[in-house]
Amino acid sequence: MNPDQTKKTFVLRGVGVSPGVAIGRVYRFDPLDSQVSLYKLNSPSLIPREILRFKKAVKESEHQLLGIQRNLKKTKVTEPLYVMDVHILILKDKKFINRTIKYIQRLKINAEWAVRLTLDRYEQIFEKVEDNYIRGRISDIQNVSQRILSNLSEEKKETVWGTDEKVIVIAPDISPANTVQMKLDKVIGFATDAGGRTSHTAIVARDMELPAVVGLDNITRFVRTGDEIIVDGISGLVVINPYPEMMQRYEEKKLLYSAARDEYLKDAKSPAVTVDNYTVHIGCNIEFVEEIPTAIAHGAEHIGLYRTEFIYIYRQELPTEEDHYENYRQVVGTKDLLWSTIRTFDLGGDKFPSSQKPVKELNPQMGLRAIRFCLKEVEIFKTQMRAIWRAGAFGKTRILFPMISSVEEIVEAKRLLEETRKELMAQGENIATEMEIGAMIEVPAAVVIADKLAREVDFFSIGTNDLIQYSLAIDRSNERLTYLYEPLHPAVLKLVKSVVDTAHNAGISVSMCGEMAGDPMCTLILLGMELDELSMNHLAIPRIKKIIRESKLEESKLLLEKAMSFNMASEVREYVQNYMKERFPVEFQNEND
Amino acid sequence: MTEIRTLKLKNKLGMHARAAANFVKVAQQFKAGIYIEHNGQTVDGRSILDILTLACPKGGVLTIKAEGDDASTAIEELEKLVENKFGET
Repeated sequence: MNPDQTKKTFVLRGVGVSPGVAIGRVYRFDPLDSQVSLYKLNSPSLIPREILRFKKAVKESEHQLLGIQRNLKKTKVTEPLYVMDVHILILKDKKFINRTIKYIQRLKINAEWAVRLTLDRYEQIFEKVEDNYIRGRISDIQNVSQRILSNLSEEKKETVWGTDEKVIVIAPDISPANTVQMKLDKVIGFATDAGGRTSHTAIVARDMELPAVVGLDNITRFVRTGDEIIVDGISGLVVINPYPEMMQRYEEKKLLYSAARDEYLKDAKSPAVTVDNYTVHIGCNIEFVEEIPTAIAHGAEHIGLYRTEFIYIYRQELPTEEDHYENYRQVVGTKDLLWSTIRTFDLGGDKFPSSQKPVKELNPQMGLRAIRFCLKEVEIFKTQMRAIWRAGAFGKTRILFPMISSVEEIVEAKRLLEETRKELMAQGENIATEMEIGAMIEVPAAVVIADKLAREVDFFSIGTNDLIQYSLAIDRSNERLTYLYEPLHPAVLKLVKSVVDTAHNAGISVSMCGEMAGDPMCTLILLGMELDELSMNHLAIPRIKKIIRESKLEESKLLLEKAMSFNMASEVREYVQNYMKERFPVEFQNEND
Repeated sequence: MTEIRTLKLKNKLGMHARAAANFVKVAQQFKAGIYIEHNGQTVDGRSILDILTLACPKGGVLTIKAEGDDASTAIEELEKLVENKFGET
């Protein structure tokens, strides 16, 4: 009899961060709350054996942590290294060990129970600490206790990873250290309580092209190792104990998805050239160097937007020139990439550990950030530019300045860039011989003076997210306004078209790197405007390329003309939607709106 | 031999995990008993868990006590560590 048949089916909703469907058995990665048996010792003579078991488990845990630390060093992940240090020191902490041994002796309980009691005790102690950060360190003690517990129940661990069955990992969250511990070749999917699009789980899953759903809040409370589960990374759903008909539907969905994916990826590397021979260069937007292989597999020809903010956040001190260089060096000169566009950081003062007190801004979107901040904190800015110059020696690199709203800003940024170049030359550094300079067009003022900006730069890159937000005066984080956010608004179309026309009149190229570039519904409209490059999320690339290959520049111009003749955004949307659905029935078969 | 020093924490986050780990690592190199006092609470300088529970913030004042043969070298090294902000760059 199949025990699964008696279990109740239920569905949890989270955030799909890596597409695809995985169907399999659960492996609960976090044995702390499950599978641990606690019991009293039958006779005091068992106490020495129990203490020995505990000490062995501690030794074994230390051994594992040192191994993980070594592996992490190899993979060049520097951040969690000290965390491993902290874990090892907690593990060897005399107070921790003696307390546990005392529990075994005094209460005559097994080692597992004693470890739980020690942890409970520390949870009580840390709960009273006022400092948020220190209070949060209880997670390190939990982590260590968990490891000891899993080493105490050694056989169980073996059976889980020992089988040849592939598993879906369910965990509260997955850290870089956890990934090293896992036999990743046995994993076919992930589902976690915590996390978002940029969490470590999401990045690992996308790199490995495994389906993943995160932000499920409490999935770890509902599942046990061995449960049947479906992880649908496309819709962000997780089904626990699916009933047979549902299972069948998902098996079909899985097949369809992988077939579609193979179909897309098969042609992903073909260029985006229309039937009447107009080429659009397709780039990928990235934030982490780890995303490059996936970008290339999905058909990216260049990196159209490398966001560098991540280099600055999650750290206490400012990144050094070497920190920057190490990242850029991995992007620039990658085989199969024609060029890399590095955007200088778009952050405000609140993200910087500066000596000045950060000023709380009422409206940071319109505050002192991006190029404005860079031109005030010249040294921080020049450190980044130095690294870009140096990385540029290894392949074609373009530099992109964000949030430009005046000619003064671009002139000043260029002056500093040139100053940096001269300094590096004087120091005999190996740097790029040339560098194309671009301005982000995302402030309406930049659209109005595009003709003047075009004289100063080699290319424009249109950031539609901000351009739409500023021109339609819609705060994107305000959920009550989402209905007004419309890339096909006549004003947006007019603004974008005017940027493209102005750039082409001045003889420079135009790229688009906002979400609109990766929205298939807008593809023909953008083609009709004759954008030279579109840069997007890697997942959007195959579909956008396919649509372009099946289109004609001529028809897209007619569509654009018609779309721009309407007075209302709703009319444009309706017309374009109907046109696209009819013209590309396969591509839009799943759109219900 | 007993050595006592009173020091002020200058690093950004105070006695956080990384700093405590570095402190313990140095303290463990010596035979002398190491104790830290902060806000009237005294803990074992070799126990990372004890040190964390002190929750000493940036600018907080610590009194370090070393007892034993190598107490004076121990206290020198520990003082250097605190002065150098626990090796944080």
